[in-house]
Amino acid sequence: MKGKKVSLQKKWFTLLPVLLAILMTGCDKMAVLDPVGPAGESQKNLILYAVIFMLGIIVVVFTIFAIVVFKYRANNPNRKPEDYRPDHHGNVKLEVVWFVIPVLIVTALSIPTVTTLYDLEKPPESSQEKEPLVVYATAADWKWIFTYPEQDIETVNYLHIPTDRAIEFRLSSADSMASFWVPQLGGQKYNMAGMENTLYLQADEEGVFKGRNANFTGEGFTGQTFNVTAQSEDEFDDWAASVSEEAPELTQDKYDEILAPGLLDETMSFSSTHLEWVDHGSNEGRDYSVERHGDKYDEGLHLENKPGWAPDEIQQ
Amino acid sequence: MQLDEFFVTGEPLIYAGMVSIVLVSATVIFLLTYFKRWKWLWQEWLTTVDHKKIGIMYILSALAMLFRGGVDALMMRTQLAFPDMNFLNSQHYNEVFTTHGTIMIIFMAMPFLIGLMNIIVPLQIGARDFAFPFLNAVSFWSFFFGAMLFNLSFVIGGAPDAGWTNYAPLAGSELSPGPGINFYLLGLQLSGIGTLATGINLMVTILRMRAPGMTLMKMPIFTWSTLITTFIIIFAFPILTVALALMTIDRIFGSHFFTLTGEGLPMMWANLFWMWGHPEVYIVILPAFGIFSEVIASFAQKQIFGYKAMVGAIVIIAGLSFVVWVHHFFTMGAGAFVNSVFSITTMMIAIPTGVKIFNWLATLYKSKIVFSAPMLWSLAFIPSFTIGGVTGVMLGMAAADYQYHNTYFLVSHFHYVLIPGTVFACFAGLIFWYPKMFGHKLNERIGKWAFWLFLIGFHLCFFPQYFLGLDGMARRIFTVGPEWFTLNFISTMGAFLMGLGFIVFVHCVIYSFRFSPRNIEGDSWGYGRTLEWATPTPIPKYNFATLPEIESHDALIDMKEKGQTTFDRDKLEPIHMPSYTGQPFIMAAIMFFASFALVFEWITLAVIGLVGIIVMMIIRSFDYDEGYHIEVDEIIETEKKARGMTDE
Repeated sequence: MKGKKVSLQKKWFTLLPVLLAILMTGCDKMAVLDPVGPAGESQKNLILYAVIFMLGIIVVVFTIFAIVVFKYRANNPNRKPEDYRPDHHGNVKLEVVWFVIPVLIVTALSIPTVTTLYDLEKPPESSQEKEPLVVYATAADWKWIFTYPEQDIETVNYLHIPTDRAIEFRLSSADSMASFWVPQLGGQKYNMAGMENTLYLQADEEGVFKGRNANFTGEGFTGQTFNVTAQSEDEFDDWAASVSEEAPELTQDKYDEILAPGLLDETMSFSSTHLEWVDHGSNEGRDYSVERHGDKYDEGLHLENKPGWAPDEIQQ
Repeated sequence: MQLDEFFVTGEPLIYAGMVSIVLVSATVIFLLTYFKRWKWLWQEWLTTVDHKKIGIMYILSALAMLFRGGVDALMMRTQLAFPDMNFLNSQHYNEVFTTHGTIMIIFMAMPFLIGLMNIIVPLQIGARDFAFPFLNAVSFWSFFFGAMLFNLSFVIGGAPDAGWTNYAPLAGSELSPGPGINFYLLGLQLSGIGTLATGINLMVTILRMRAPGMTLMKMPIFTWSTLITTFIIIFAFPILTVALALMTIDRIFGSHFFTLTGEGLPMMWANLFWMWGHPEVYIVILPAFGIFSEVIASFAQKQIFGYKAMVGAIVIIAGLSFVVWVHHFFTMGAGAFVNSVFSITTMMIAIPTGVKIFNWLATLYKSKIVFSAPMLWSLAFIPSFTIGGVTGVMLGMAAADYQYHNTYFLVSHFHYVLIPGTVFACFAGLIFWYPKMFGHKLNERIGKWAFWLFLIGFHLCFFPQYFLGLDGMARRIFTVGPEWFTLNFISTMGAFLMGLGFIVFVHCVIYSFRFSPRNIEGDSWGYGRTLEWATPTPIPKYNFATLPEIESHDALIDMKEKGQTTFDRDKLEPIHMPSYTGQPFIMAAIMFFASFALVFEWITLAVIGLVGIIVMMIIRSFDYDEGYHIEVDEIIETEKKARGMTDE
C-alpha cells in the first residue's frame, strides 16, 4: 500500500526534469525552433516566451498537487487533527489571487501575440530596402506549382528563393484547401481556390529546407512536399536565367495534364507561366481544375508506402 | 449497382472485420435464442423508457465505440511505428483516422457522458425520471442507429475519408465521390437528433423537477455542469444540423452551398463546423469537470472548495466557447485584427479553467484523501490536464499557431485535454457510480492496474508528439521518414499500453460481475455527499419513495446528520410511472432505413422511409397511454426489501 503512494508522488516529480531536459536538448534540432528567417525567428521567440510562462504554471500546479496529495492522504501516519477541515469551503483572498494571476499571464501573452500578428502581415524589416520577390504558390492535388511572374518562369515541386530578400507568396489552390508550410522559414497559411492569401517569408541563410502541404487534401497528401533552395541573389538570378533559357514553354495542355490528380515522380521547370490563361486565386479561376478533372477522383491512387519512399526526406 | 460495389472488397483487414461482425452477430443471436432471452431483450431493454436503463445502454454502446475507435488508433500507431511500414495504404489510413476522430467524439465521448447524465442527474436532483421519458428513448435509439449507420460504412460502400472535420471542398461530391462522406453526414445527422433532444430533455428535467428546497445554487456540481452543457447543446447543435443538411443537399441533389463550382463557399463549412465544433468540445469537457468535482469532494471527504466560483467558471467557459471558433483556422488569412480578437478570447478561457484547477487543489487542502480507483483517475486528471491546458494557451497565440497548426503539436494538445478530461472522467464516473447501476462495485485492485497502465501509456503515447510537431511532422500523413523514428516508436508503445489498460479494465468488469460482493448499502462507498447515494442499491424503478427538504448542495451529508432517508412512511403516495413502449425503437429503425437509402441516393426508398417516420409520429400523437401508478403497498414492500428491513 505504501509503495503505491510513493510512486504516485515520484511520477509527477520525475516528469518535470524529463520535460525540461527534452526541451533543452531539442531546441536547436527541431525545425520550428531552428528558423533561418525573420518570420520563423519571431515565432520561435514567441514560442519560447510562452514556454517560460507555461513551465512556471506547470511547476506551481505540480508542486501544490504533490504536496496536498502527499500530506492530506487519509492514511498519513503523521496526520494531526487540525489537518482535516471538512467544512472549509472558500477563501476570498486566495480566490482573487488565482483569478488575477491568470489574467496577468494572459495579458502578458496577448501583447506580443498581437504585435507579432501585425508584423507577420508585412515584409520583414531587415530587407525593407528591396522590393519583395513575388512568387505564386499554387497547390493542386497533390503537387506544388511555383510561378515567378518577374522572371516569367514556373517550377513544379521545387522552389528557389534568394536570401536576404522578402518573398511575397501569393497562395491559392486549384482544388482542395491546402496549407503552404516551410517550418524553418516560418508559419503556414492556407491555399484556397478562388481566393488569394499573402504570406511574407524570408531566408537569411543559404540551404535546402523542407516544405510541404500541412492541410489534409486526400489520398496523395503525404507526398505533397517540395524542397526550398535558398541561395544568394546572384546565384538565384543565374538559376532563373538558366531556367528561362533552357526549360520548355508551358503549354495549356501540358498544364492541364499537371493539374490532374496524382503525384509526380519528378520536379519540372518551364520558361513561361500558367498565369497567361488562369489565376486560381481569382474568382474566375476557382473551378478551372474541377471542371477538367472532377471525374478523375473516382479512381484513387492506391498509394502505398514503398520501402525507401520517405516523403519527408530531402531528395537532391 | 453491383454487389462488389456495395461491399468493400480487396482489403484483408476489412474482410477480417466482416468476418468478426458476422461471428459476433451470430453469437449474440445464438445466445439470445439458446437462453430464450428475446422476449426479455424486447420487454426489459428495447422498449424501456427508464432513464437508468437507457443510461446503461448509452454507456455500453459508448464502450463498444471506445473499442472500435481504439482499434483504429492502434492501427494508425502501428502504421507510424516504423519508417517503412506498409500496414495501411494511404486511402485506408485516411479512412481510419476519419472514423477514429468521428467515433471518439460523436459516438464515444458524448454518449458516455450522456449515459452518466441519464443515470445520475435525475438521481442527484431527486427526480423520478426525465421530464420526457419517451423522448429520452427516441434520443437513445436515434443515437444508436446513427452510430450503427456510421460503423456500417467500413464494410458497405466505403468509409468516409475527409477527416472528422470533413472540410469542403475536399468532402464535396467532386473531390470525394461515392457514399463514404454520405455515411458521415447522415450518421451524424441521425445521432444529432438524439443529442439535441437529450439537451432539451435534460434542461427541462433540471429546471422543473428538482427536489423540494433544491434551489439552483443547491444543486450538485455535476448537475450544474449538465445544465450548462444542455444550453451549449441547444445553441450549438442546430448549427451542425444545418451544416450537415446543406452539405447533404450539395452532395445528393447538386446544390452549391460549399462547392468550388457555381460560386459556393467552401470556407463557410469550416466556419459552421467550428461554430458547432468548438462548443462541442466543451459539451464533452464540462460534464467531465462536474464528475471530477463530485469524485474529488467525495474521496477527499470534504466540501468542494469555492462552489460559487466553480459554477461561475462553468458558465463563463460555456459563454466563451461560442466566441473562439476561428482559432481552429487562424491560418485561413482572416487578417491580424480578426486573429488578435480570437486569440485573446481563446486565451481568456484559461482564466476560469485555471480557477477550477486551483479550486480542486484547494479542495484537497486539509482533506482526508482516500485513494480509490475513481479518485486515482480524478487526481491524475489535474496534472495531466494542466499540460494539455497550457499547450492550449500556446496554440491560442495565433502568431505562434501558424507553426503548430496541422501538426502533431496540435494532435498531442487535444488528446491531452480530451483524454485526461473526458476519458478519465468517463472511467472515474463509471467506477464511482457503478454500484448504483449494477448493484456491485468494480474490483479495486484490478481497476487500479487498469488505471496505471492507461495513465503511463497515455503520457508515453502523447508527450513525444509535442516534439514531433515542433519538428515539423504534419498530422494525417500516413508514413514518416526515419528521422522521427524514435519518438514515433515510443508513442506507439504508449498507445499499446493504453490498449492493454482497456483490456485490463474489461477484465475488471467481468471479474467483478462474477466475484464482487453484492452490495446493499445505498451509500456504496461510504463517502457519498449527494442525493443519488440516498437511494437504496439497486435503485427501485421509481428512484425515490419520498424526498426530504434539501438544504445544501451536499444533501446526503445533511440527511445523515438528521437521520433522514428517502423512505418516510408518513409521506408515501402512489407514484405515477410512464409505460414502456416499442415506438421509439421502431421510429429510429425507420429513420435508419431512410438514412441508409439516402446514403446510396436511393431516393424512392428514402421517401418511403420518411413517410414511415411521419406515420410513426402521427401514431404517437394519438397515443393516450397515461402510464400507470405504483401503489403505496408495493413501494413499502420494495423499500423494505431494498433496505434490508425486517419489519417491526
